Amino acid sequence: MSKSTTRLWAQILKELLCVLRDPKTRIALIGPPLLQLLIFSFANTLEVKHVDIAVFNRDTGRASYELLARVGAASFCDRLVTVHSRAEIAGMIERRDVIAGLDIPETFTSDVKAGHLARAQVLLDGRRGNASQVLLGYLSEIAGQTGADLTGASAVADTVALRHWFNPNLIYQWFVVPSIGGILVMFSTLMTVGLSIARERELGTFDQLLVSPCTPLEIIVSKMAPALIICSVLGSVMVAAGIFGFGIPFTGSFALLLCSLFVFVLSMVGIGLMISAVCSTQQQAILGIFSFGVPVVVMSGFATPVENMPIVLQWMAKAIPLKYYLVILQGSFLKALPPSEVFANVWPMAVIGVVTISFATWFVKGRLE
Amino acid sequence: MSRQWNLRRMAALVRKESIQMLRDPSTILMAFVLPVVMVFLYAYAVSLDLNKVPIGVVLETDGAGGQALAAAFSGSRYFTVTPARDRREVEEAIIGGRLRGFVVIPHDLEQRIQAGGTEPLVQVVTDGTQPNTASFVANYAQNVVTQWQASRGLAVGAGIALEPRFWYNAELESRRFLLPGAIAIIMTMIGTLLTAMVVAREWERGTMEAVISTPVSVLEILLGKLLPYFGLAMAATTICTLLSIFVFGVPLRGSWLALFMLSSAFLVPALGQGLLISSVAKNQFIAAQLALFSGFLPAFLLSGFIFEISSMPLPIRLLTYLVPARYFVTTLQTVFLAGDVWRVFIPNTLAMLAIGTVFILIARSKTKKSLDT
Repeated sequence: MSKSTTRLWAQILKELLCVLRDPKTRIALIGPPLLQLLIFSFANTLEVKHVDIAVFNRDTGRASYELLARVGAASFCDRLVTVHSRAEIAGMIERRDVIAGLDIPETFTSDVKAGHLARAQVLLDGRRGNASQVLLGYLSEIAGQTGADLTGASAVADTVALRHWFNPNLIYQWFVVPSIGGILVMFSTLMTVGLSIARERELGTFDQLLVSPCTPLEIIVSKMAPALIICSVLGSVMVAAGIFGFGIPFTGSFALLLCSLFVFVLSMVGIGLMISAVCSTQQQAILGIFSFGVPVVVMSGFATPVENMPIVLQWMAKAIPLKYYLVILQGSFLKALPPSEVFANVWPMAVIGVVTISFATWFVKGRLE
Repeated sequence: MSRQWNLRRMAALVRKESIQMLRDPSTILMAFVLPVVMVFLYAYAVSLDLNKVPIGVVLETDGAGGQALAAAFSGSRYFTVTPARDRREVEEAIIGGRLRGFVVIPHDLEQRIQAGGTEPLVQVVTDGTQPNTASFVANYAQNVVTQWQASRGLAVGAGIALEPRFWYNAELESRRFLLPGAIAIIMTMIGTLLTAMVVAREWERGTMEAVISTPVSVLEILLGKLLPYFGLAMAATTICTLLSIFVFGVPLRGSWLALFMLSSAFLVPALGQGLLISSVAKNQFIAAQLALFSGFLPAFLLSGFIFEISSMPLPIRLLTYLVPARYFVTTLQTVFLAGDVWRVFIPNTLAMLAIGTVFILIARSKTKKSLDT
């Protein structure tokens, strides 16, 4: 017993040294993920800011003046560009000089005065569909408010009392920082563990490992150890960066989140080992990781809610550890996720981890016999 | 010059690399299977046009007006409604993430309507942890209420209305602007990641020394490596484009010529970046890690593909000028949806070529140095 424990320790130590010995590898392991967290957290926003809008105004009355003054003063608008025909708007949108154009007819003010619905056209660049849609929302709100003020009627928005729970001002960073942290931990884990067995096989040292007295389980455990340790630490640093660096409120249980992080990394280690075990070169392993990782990010519910996907993809999403971890992450930060909900999301990851690690062990054993 | 450049030698190198490339099943996976999977996923999974968002409707009244409003929510194609009588029933579901929001129709709805005051008629609560979905729920719940008011003849109010028209994409189908963006990501993966790996492998295994000791020049070695992957990336682009057009109905309003020209221009910086990474890293793990973080993720997140560049903070906006995918996404969306707008293509193409030239020059000087030592 003690003999195999010493052997295991020696193996784990060797694997850790293998990963951490080379300064370039050390930096490549820790540096880019943290840098990326910083850059992408600031970059990923679905708000619209700093846009230019072309204006073709044929109306000379107060209503259009009021509307344009408010649009021009809005924080999202950098510049209003006055033009003299619709064709000019078309040209500017085509060249991406502006994202949208307002076309206000002659009868605009008189319509408002007469109590009709005054209509102005907004021409938007459908190539930048997301931004256009958001911008339209902003503009409609301003238009509705302007109309209400000019006619003295109550604005439509008053009929609904709106509250956003957990994130009252819908700050996008509160959503994006924890989620990106999870995605980066996933890729780091896959890369660290995925290359381990594949590299040994490529360099031919895997056979040496097989003829050593180590059992398959020992080989697997020692291969898992570096990724498990490094990436759990990385994940904790990401969470800490969210709390202290970005000032995101953390309402849940930190201990529970750490446990979930560990199980998440474990399940990703399992998947990485499985990929690594079936590949015979590092290139294959990396391409395998990409072919797995990229669709997984898309299907994890990060970009769009899982329940909005076709039913087949929803089934497949159930096998994605990242999906569960994102729920726990977002919940622990903002929702004070109760333990029962945490466990409901932890056990699927644990199952995935056990299955994939068993497969990898079985595979190594198969090579041995 | 003949020492630097020999067509026969070059052709032999390209042939050798192509065979090596096509022999490895993982290359085929990367170049043909993954793009198809990605295109399908972007067409189906990353639809930003939400519908059937699960919400709860808490009906506290039995009045006809309240029933009609609840029915209006159930009938909306944007929502899947879980009915409830008490808000406590749905609050837990929001915390568990099973519902994205709920609407409370109060017990005194009729009185509030009759009073006609400024008191709100209904309450809408959303799950703010996913801000996109939250604003979607808020906007569409508002619409349902407004329409219900209009159908009852309640004053919606005169005022100002904006009539939107989305050019190039009248229905605002998200796949129409996402699929062209997806092509840029796929080409980054093939161009940068695959190239970085392949050249780094030669260094790691020590076979680069063997190649260097042959009479071929550095330029020939590099071009010999790059040309097969250029071909592979173009093939993948063609497949993605055909799929987008014929399976998913994305229009190609510009010309194939422009599309190929832009794709070729983009491959210069993409391949150059892969080359540069491999000559710095000389180890497959580090090369892959660098390609992931400097090539793939920026192409995904900093290219304007999903997130609008103009909304980013200034330092990051400046950083995006160094991301070749930024120029490619812009031009691809234009060539697919708008047409051949050369005043957009030419400056962007020049920018891509300039970045690519810088990458390749640095990579070449790095490779040369290690030859000398």
